[in-house]
Amino acid sequence: MATVDGNAAALDPQETRRLRVERLERIGRWLLPLGIMIVAIWLWDRICVWNGIPQYILPRPGVVLSTLWSDAPLLFSSLLVTLKITFLGLLLAVIGGVGLAVLFAQSKWVEMSFFPFAVVLQVTPIVAIFPLINIYVGNQTAKLLLCAWIVAFFPILSNTTLGLNSVDRNLRDLFALNGASRWQQLRHLRLPAAMPYFLGGLKIAGGLSLIGAVVAEFVAGATGQSSGLASRIIEAGYRLNAPRLFAALILISVTGILIFLVLSLVSHLVLRRWHESALKQEQ
Amino acid sequence: MLQKQTGRQGGADRAPPLLHFRSVAKTFSTGVVALRDVDLTIREGDFVSLLGPSGCGKSTALRLIAGLATPTSGRLDWRGGTAARGDIGFVFQEPTLLPWASVFENVWLPLRLRGVSRAQAETAVREMLDRVHLAGFDDAVPRELSGGMKMRVSIARALVTRPKLLLMDEPFAALDEITRFKLNDDLLDLWLDQRFTAVFVTHSVFESAFLSNRIVVMAARPGRVHGELPVDASFPRDAAFRTSQEYAQLCRQASAMLSQAIDAGSGETHGDG
Repeated sequence: MATVDGNAAALDPQETRRLRVERLERIGRWLLPLGIMIVAIWLWDRICVWNGIPQYILPRPGVVLSTLWSDAPLLFSSLLVTLKITFLGLLLAVIGGVGLAVLFAQSKWVEMSFFPFAVVLQVTPIVAIFPLINIYVGNQTAKLLLCAWIVAFFPILSNTTLGLNSVDRNLRDLFALNGASRWQQLRHLRLPAAMPYFLGGLKIAGGLSLIGAVVAEFVAGATGQSSGLASRIIEAGYRLNAPRLFAALILISVTGILIFLVLSLVSHLVLRRWHESALKQEQ
Repeated sequence: MLQKQTGRQGGADRAPPLLHFRSVAKTFSTGVVALRDVDLTIREGDFVSLLGPSGCGKSTALRLIAGLATPTSGRLDWRGGTAARGDIGFVFQEPTLLPWASVFENVWLPLRLRGVSRAQAETAVREMLDRVHLAGFDDAVPRELSGGMKMRVSIARALVTRPKLLLMDEPFAALDEITRFKLNDDLLDLWLDQRFTAVFVTHSVFESAFLSNRIVVMAARPGRVHGELPVDASFPRDAAFRTSQEYAQLCRQASAMLSQAIDAGSGETHGDG
């Protein structure tokens, strides 16, 4: 029973220290990167001022921010175009990746025959393939989509294939013992078992899809009203409009981070009840 | 409790046979001889323990019965033919539950795979959960349960189809002793109540002596039947039985036979018992 020192009496020094470290870590996880970020931006600003660097080479952070504000209509309409390609590409990657993985899972032979092709598609740099796509595909949106898809579908395919194949042997026996059909085994055993793997792949694919969309637009060199952020960057580069270039860059990064966070959240919500990765570490 | 089932005696030799192993052998593609020359009869209503050291092929015997493996030579004769063997319940060494599914859904699974809807299965599943003392845990997921509770779910799942035959592969080996004792008691209750035939693989002399009406001792390398020990103690068996002279005597006999089997396994081959 606690007597003199009240509520603290229950904990020994070791536990108190552990508690303090935990609390510090929880705050530090947010505070540290934020602090470093602020220092870096401040340094950036100082370097511009101290060295008298002209705005068209390296704009001060404040200028970038005000450009982001003043150019918002232009930049955000471009962001929307890029986002559309990114999400459509990701959607197609999910459909294609999961579809192919399910096909592969039906037979080892299919997987052995076709998986190498997927690898070839993955390891060949998209920039190098693009000229071909440019020849074969007429529609601009279709071109960009194809690029985003090629880049994004592989992690989904390979992860989902791995997941579909990593089912507990005893569970497989149990399904066989109960006369489960191939479809039942897929629906009730292999697909749910592959879920954590698929979501891991999805997290990677989300970022890659954005990269694919931006890179594709770079090499496609699209311009005009309905062009995405990559075109804005190229344009700004030609005009030595460094503030806008930076602003567009920041938008792309923030978008990438948001995509990652959203997909992480989705993954956490789906898995939180049962999968180890989503469980809180317990002492 | 006591008035429930006292008629069920050990060594039920007069019960009709359910299944014969006839000179069954199993050799794996790796060259390992898992079983050789196994002749064994399992009678309806038996609680048979297959007791033996690791590598004696007891799990393989179970898989052969389940139809998950086929014999290299010899055959398994079912009364009424293989088609008549009906549903088989299987309890693995691990609970082997679907980690993403609730307790209810896990127990429902065998019925679900037979096309029984959730609503239709409701009564059977709840009754089974009640029988394994897990009423009220329908919505829990496996990771929220203790090892013993997971095993209870696994047993409920195996029995929800009311199989004639329940196969168990060292189901309680990973549990602590207190939990194991409790599960042994509950398993016997279920067996007395539902009258299935049970084949129980174990390497624990004490467990086999407590549960079975027949202990089949197996020897390793190659796996074979070393001998058989009838257990004549009557059912139901309770905590008092665990401390009885009869039980101690039984454990001594089974231990002696197991030691012989282990010695035989390390030396030359030996015929069956």
